Parts: sequence; C-alpha cells; structure tokens
Amino acid sequence: MRNPKSNLEQYTVVGQSIPKIDATEKVTGSAQFLIDIELPNMLYGKILRSGYPHARIARINTEKAKRVPGVVAIITAKDTPLIKFGFMKDQLPLKHGKVKSVRDEVAAVAAVDEETAAKALELIEVEYEELPPVFDPYQAMKPDAPIIHEEMKSNTVNLPFNFKHGDVERAFKECYRVVENTFKVNFVTTAALGTMGCIARFDERGDLTVWTNTQAPFEYQKDLGEANGIRGSRIRVIQPKIGGSFGRGMDVYPIDIITVLLAKKTGRPVKIVFNREEEFSASPTRQPCIFRIKTGAKRDGTLLARDAELYMDNGPYVSWGAFDARVMMATVCGLYKVPNVRFNAHVVYTNNPYSGTVRGAGNPQSTFAVESQMDMLADELGIDRLEFRLKNANEPGYITPQGMKITSCKLGECLNAAASRIGWKGRHKAGRNRGIGFASYFHVGGGARVFRSDGCGAIVKIDDFGKVTLITGATEIGTGSDTAMCQIVAEELQIPVENVQIVNDDSSIRPWDVGTHASRTTFIGGNAALLAARKAKQKLLEIAAKVLEEDVTNLEVKNGIVSSKIDSKKTMPYDTIVRRGHFKLSGEIIIAEAFYDPPNEMQDENYRGNISVTYGFGTQAALVEVDRDTGKVSVLRFVSVHDAGSVINPMLAESVVQGGVAMGVGLALTEQLIVEQGRVMNASFADYKLLTSLEAPPIEVQFVESSDDAGPFGAKGVGEAGVIPTAAAIANAIYDAVKVRVTEIPMTPEKILTALEHRQ
Amino acid sequence: MKKPLTLQVNGQVHELLVEPSETLNSVLRKRLRLSGTKKGCDTGGCGSCTVLLDGKAVYSCMTYALAIDGGKVTTIEGLAKEGVLDPIQQAFVRNGALQCGFCTPGFVMATKALLDAIPEPTEEEVREALVGNLCRCTGYVKIFEAVREAGRELARGRKRNA
Ligand code: FES
Ligand code: FES
Repeated sequence: MRNPKSNLEQYTVVGQSIPKIDATEKVTGSAQFLIDIELPNMLYGKILRSGYPHARIARINTEKAKRVPGVVAIITAKDTPLIKFGFMKDQLPLKHGKVKSVRDEVAAVAAVDEETAAKALELIEVEYEELPPVFDPYQAMKPDAPIIHEEMKSNTVNLPFNFKHGDVERAFKECYRVVENTFKVNFVTTAALGTMGCIARFDERGDLTVWTNTQAPFEYQKDLGEANGIRGSRIRVIQPKIGGSFGRGMDVYPIDIITVLLAKKTGRPVKIVFNREEEFSASPTRQPCIFRIKTGAKRDGTLLARDAELYMDNGPYVSWGAFDARVMMATVCGLYKVPNVRFNAHVVYTNNPYSGTVRGAGNPQSTFAVESQMDMLADELGIDRLEFRLKNANEPGYITPQGMKITSCKLGECLNAAASRIGWKGRHKAGRNRGIGFASYFHVGGGARVFRSDGCGAIVKIDDFGKVTLITGATEIGTGSDTAMCQIVAEELQIPVENVQIVNDDSSIRPWDVGTHASRTTFIGGNAALLAARKAKQKLLEIAAKVLEEDVTNLEVKNGIVSSKIDSKKTMPYDTIVRRGHFKLSGEIIIAEAFYDPPNEMQDENYRGNISVTYGFGTQAALVEVDRDTGKVSVLRFVSVHDAGSVINPMLAESVVQGGVAMGVGLALTEQLIVEQGRVMNASFADYKLLTSLEAPPIEVQFVESSDDAGPFGAKGVGEAGVIPTAAAIANAIYDAVKVRVTEIPMTPEKILTALEHRQ
Repeated sequence: MKKPLTLQVNGQVHELLVEPSETLNSVLRKRLRLSGTKKGCDTGGCGSCTVLLDGKAVYSCMTYALAIDGGKVTTIEGLAKEGVLDPIQQAFVRNGALQCGFCTPGFVMATKALLDAIPEPTEEEVREALVGNLCRCTGYVKIFEAVREAGRELARGRKRNA
C-alpha cells in the first residue's frame, strides 16, 4: 500500500526503540513456554528411534514394556492409520516395514511421567534386518546405489529446481576471467534454546487442541489434520511463547503426529518434549549441500555469467529443506546483476538425518559460494573487491533474470558504508595476519508467495476503556514482530503504545496467516495491522463526528485526543468517544478487520515471477585475525549494514541482526553436526559449538536511510538478514589475512592449517 | 528411596520428600511449580536453569536436591520485590537484551551473582561470568550492555544509600 514518503521523524511511536512488549514477563519468568504447560491428568510421551540408518523392521515386541507400572499406552505403526505425510508424502509418523535413518520413529510410549516412559522404551524389543545404507548424495545418485524409497525407483527426488536465462555457454566464452569452484556446506542445526515439543488433548466432543511451537499455525492445522485423518475444523492450535525457532517450526514432524496419536489412544492429554540430545539428533538440520559454481566477468569487471550445480543431501524425507533450492536459485541469479545464469539442483535421498529449513532458507549457503567467488574474480581481474561489487550492484528498477523486480534498493550505499566503517584501504592492508572481507545479500523483504496466498489477517478492536487489541494471524518467534505491529497500530491510531495489546496464540480466534517465514512478519503482518487500524480509526472518527457534532473530515486524533481541526472546543479523549458511541440507543462498538495479501507473484513452473513485493539488501564486513600456528580465526570486528527500509524499532531490529550474525559466525567457524554413518555424534552443547559469550564478536549494526513504498511505514523484512552473508564475509577476510581460500564451512582451525600448509 | 529435604526458596521454607536422583531443577519446576527456571538441556550445557544457591549461581539441573539440604535458593521468581523489577531485570528490558526469552531467567540470575560479587564489571569480566549461559537469539551484545548498565545503576543506588 502507499505511504507518505517516510521520514520517520514525523512519527511518534514508529521508529522508536521501545522494549519488547513481552519483555517484562520474560525477565520475571512468568512467560509460559511449551515446557511450562501442565494440564490436569496429563501423560508424558517418549519416542523410540531405530538406531539403524537403513533396515527392515522384522518384529516389534512391546509386551515387557507394557507391564511397567505407570505405562498407559504403547503404539507402533500397526496401531496407526498409516497415513503418509510431508511434501512428497514420503513418511509415516511411526515407521512401518523399513527404517531409513537412525532417528526414525518406531514406537511411542505414554506414561504417568517421563522417567516411566523412558524406562518402558528400553524394554521394547525390536529386531531389524540391516540393509545397505547410503550417506553421500553422489553415491546415492549412482545406478547401483541402494534405493531408499523402493516405490520411487530412484534416490533423486522428483523436484526439479532448474533455471536458465540467456546464453550461458556463449557468455562464458566472452568472459575475460572465469572462476570455478566447489563449495561445501555441512550439517548444522537451529539449536534453539527451547526444544521441540507438542501437547495434544481431545475434548469431550472429540475435538483436538494442540499446543505447539509451530511458526505456521494454519498450515500446521491443515497438515496435522491430514496426517491424523482429522478435519481441520476440529483442530485448535495454540502457541505458547516460542523458545526460538529459526525455521524449525515450518513443518509438521513425526513428534506432532505421535503426540496426537497417543492422546487419541489414551483419551488423556499427552505431552512430548525433546530432550537436548533428541533436539540435536532428531530436529531438522540446515540443508547441507555441495555447490559447484562458475562465475565470469568481462575485462572491465562487468559480470557476464553464473552457473551453479547443486547436490543437496536431503536425508530420507522431504520437508521445507529441499525448497531451500529456490532461495539459493534467487541468489545465484539475482545477487549482483548477472545477465546469463543457469541453476540446477539435485535433491537426493540419503540415510542421513533429514533436513528442514533454517533461517535464511538456503541463502547463507548460496551466498557463501557466490560472494567467495566475487572476491576471487575481483582478484583475477585486478579490480578492487569493493569496486567490483559496486560496479555490479543491484539497483532500483533492475529486474533479475527470474523476474524479481527490484524497487527500493540501496546496496551501493550499504557497500560503501560497510567499507568506510570497517576501514577498507584495499586488499591485504589490514595488518599482519589480519584481513577484511565483504559480502552482501539479496533476500525477500516483502513477503514470499510460496503458497497461493501470502496473506495475513488482522483485527483491531477498541474497547470501552480505550484498550486496543490487535488480533493477528502473524506469529512471533522471538524477533520482536509483535512489538513492531503494536507500534504500527499505535502510530496509526495516534495513541500511546502502552494501550495496545496483541492476541495471536489461538487459531480459534485469530484470522489466517501463512506463517512466519521469509522475513515476512513485520512487513505482511504489519501491513495487515495497519489496514485494520486505519479502518478502526475511521470508525472512531465517524462516531466522534456524531458525538462532537463536527464533520468527519475536520477531525483528527493526536496523543489519544480526538479534536476538530477548525474548532478547538470540539475535543474529547478517544476512549470517551468510544463509550459515548457505545452506551446509547442503537450504539456501536469499534472493531475492524483487514486481510493483506501482497501484490507479489507465485513463480511459474520455470521459476519466473516476482515472488516478493520488495527485497532486502545489505553488506557485511568482517575484520579477522588468523593465528598461523593454530589456525584459529578471531573475529575482531563485524559490521552489518542493511537496507531494511524504514526501521520500525531500531533496537529490536539491531538485536535481530546481531543474533543473526552470531549464528552466521557459528556457521562460518565452529558449528557442525558430526554425522557418521547417519548418526549425529555430537548431540550436546558440550560438543556442538555454539558461540558463547567469550567468542561473540562486537557486532556493529547500521541501517541506511531508506523507505519502501509497499512496506508499513516504509519497512522491509530483516529477520533473516543477519545470518546470510556472514560466512562469506569471514571466508573473504581469512583470505585477505593469510591468502588461503577455504571452500567448506565450518572453517575450522584444522581446515585453515591444512590450507596454509598447501599454500607453502 | 525418598528422603526428607528442607529448602528455602525465595524466602519460603519447603519440606519435601525427594528421590536421590531428583535435581534441584526438577524440584523447582515439577514440585514447586516454579517454571521460571528453565531447562534447556539438563546436562549443564546451556545455563537456562541457573539459580542462586546461598548467593552463588548454580545450574539447577546439575545440582542434586538432597545434596543441598537446608540451602537457600533464589529463583527468577524471587527477584522482583513487591512488583518492582530488580535493576538487572529493568536493564534487560530497557536494553532489549532478550528475544525469545528462554535463556533470560538464567542470564538474569547469573548476572545477579556476578554483580553481587563484582559490582561494576568490565566487559571482559561480564563475558567470563556468562560463559556458561547460551543465547541463540541475541548474539549477546545487548546482554553485555544490559549487565554493565545494571552494574552502574546498582552502584549509583549504593552510593545514594551510603
Ligand atoms: S538446563 Fe541446566 S545447563 Fe542446560
Ligand atoms: S533470547 Fe532466545 S535464547 Fe536468548
């Protein structure tokens, strides 16, 4: 929708760094997360996993386990309706016939407490006949590889992610320099502090209520219903506070369906919460991939062509992870102006843990490859790395080969700002063993139409006391979107933000939303809230017109007071207006609803279409120091500059970026799930290296002045941005410091040392 | 075999019968229904379960309840006094030192122990003191700011009262 050109100074609430509206309940411990919810008569569930990467289930015996006092129910596949679920309908919640990864669910127990359920799990006897497994996507594609889904006859998933534009072959021939590399991104995990979990309860009417950490409650309602053979109309989805999610909450998982199955079987509420070990080994990972990529440019530094071929280790079941390919494609084709592009991704079934989507949805992976090559190519051409990027930077009016229309875009400014802030003086000038690296990003910033609807519904209600309630479909996963939406409503209504509350935890009252993904919540949910608030305001003014006996066009609200612009005597607090309009004969109340579905396009089968209304851009710059003896990389400074449109709440946006950068530094340097023979070998915080307070770098965040016509008060999405270019910026900084190029993340000390040795 | 246990939690004395295997975390969360203390791992890896035991920060998940018989425990629920947030809590709110908030009770309690011991810590001291608490959302930057601001705030308060 159109907004007055944003100059945030004209606003009183929007643009202010107010604390999160739920901050107080979070610092006092009263915020209720899923693990904190206890229901009367509740049982606790546990899941038995196969432990074999690929095997036939010969026999399951639950008799001994059933006799454990306190065990109420044990279920295996034969107790279930055997309804397959997932994108490709390629898995059962409890596996039948065959297991295809060590994390595969084989049986589940409900008992009076977790200890009892755990004891019973140990007594379930399962006999397996082992089958030859396959863990490597290249191997899995070979004709003689063991087939994981026999009925599909191939391990290559039937999901073609192929795109081509221009004449790539010819363009490469015209290039002055071409670089070609293979990059590798390994398994990492969201490692949210709150683990996965689900609570399910059937009521007397047979209707189901679930408490869940999902990011997409209405998709969840639909998918969970289908997977259990229950109509969506009989399911109510409640989201308590979510203890971090980062993409994990995009799919329905076996744990959700199993919780429902146990609740159904026992007739009692059932709760299953992953312990940390399960979280590491059985929650979705970031999509790992092997990235073969080639980029070429003319002698003057103009990019001419980019060609990428990807091999994605999908694990045995397809979830959102596979669709990361779409985001990788957008970056290969759209980050910097490249006229000739080709992209092919092979999604391959293996017996590894299955991937989901994680913050950035493939973009950190592809940006690592694309931006590493930007530096290599600049060096080959003998052009300054910053100049090379500036020359090819996206700009307003540019349309990517896939048809993504760039509207607001300040990538050039971001590049310059990052360079000047970090003190770029040219390559290899940062000091002994020190280096500076840059990387930029291009990401959706105005929704992403990956479903037929990309909308969000909102309701704004003003009660007799002047309390304003925003009821929205949009889900907050910690980032601050609830606060931003409240600020938007307060700004539009011109009332103090303290008077606004938000309700968005119950599918039975909230209007529909597609879910929190693609950095869309503040943009889409914010636009929906703005539209509803605008309607509510109109109603308020119409009522005020009658109460104050003034023409509605002469009325305005400021600081919660409705007054006439032409007659200063006609003035009244807005809550008084509401009461006057309500408590009278034929009274009325103020409630307004809106549905905002952005004018973006679903891509066609050739992956063409303007998937987002607008796009976010930015540049990061890292200053690192490499210890040549140990291979250890220290991030001394980190600068993150963004074009996120107008920023609704700078403090919260900054915090989201900082968290993204920290996650990106982990991705770059320390984090990796060690997967051997399909098994996660480091399933604990002691062994999986999240950044701690000691390693966390200083992170300087800057938002360039910008405003997007389509965004609420000019805002664009920024939720994922922080993590996207980080690994690439660090890889480039490492090269600048010690002239070694590491093409596989994490860039551990061992890899750096090996690379240093090779160089000598 | 259950054994008797006396614990003072947030000033209130509790007498309980607990199993030797029960941790302080489980006593707090399951028996006393004090769910502000979180459980992010149960193995001493994340710090979300941090409480004060006789003034020192401990992982409640790594503390057997029977081992601290007679101990004085302060949890996140015991920090605000008569509805007024502790200056540490206020500083976390003001500085935007939290997102999802799952780690927050642990960080606030670890900070309490730190500031009781070192009233105005340097950033290095803050980093050292919080190394046992993980946050996946914030990148820690604003947490450090909040902790140091709370330290300054408390020091000012002490000077006023002196
Ligand atoms: S729950 Fe105690 S350290 Fe993680
Ligand atoms: S705020 Fe989410 S883990 Fe710290």
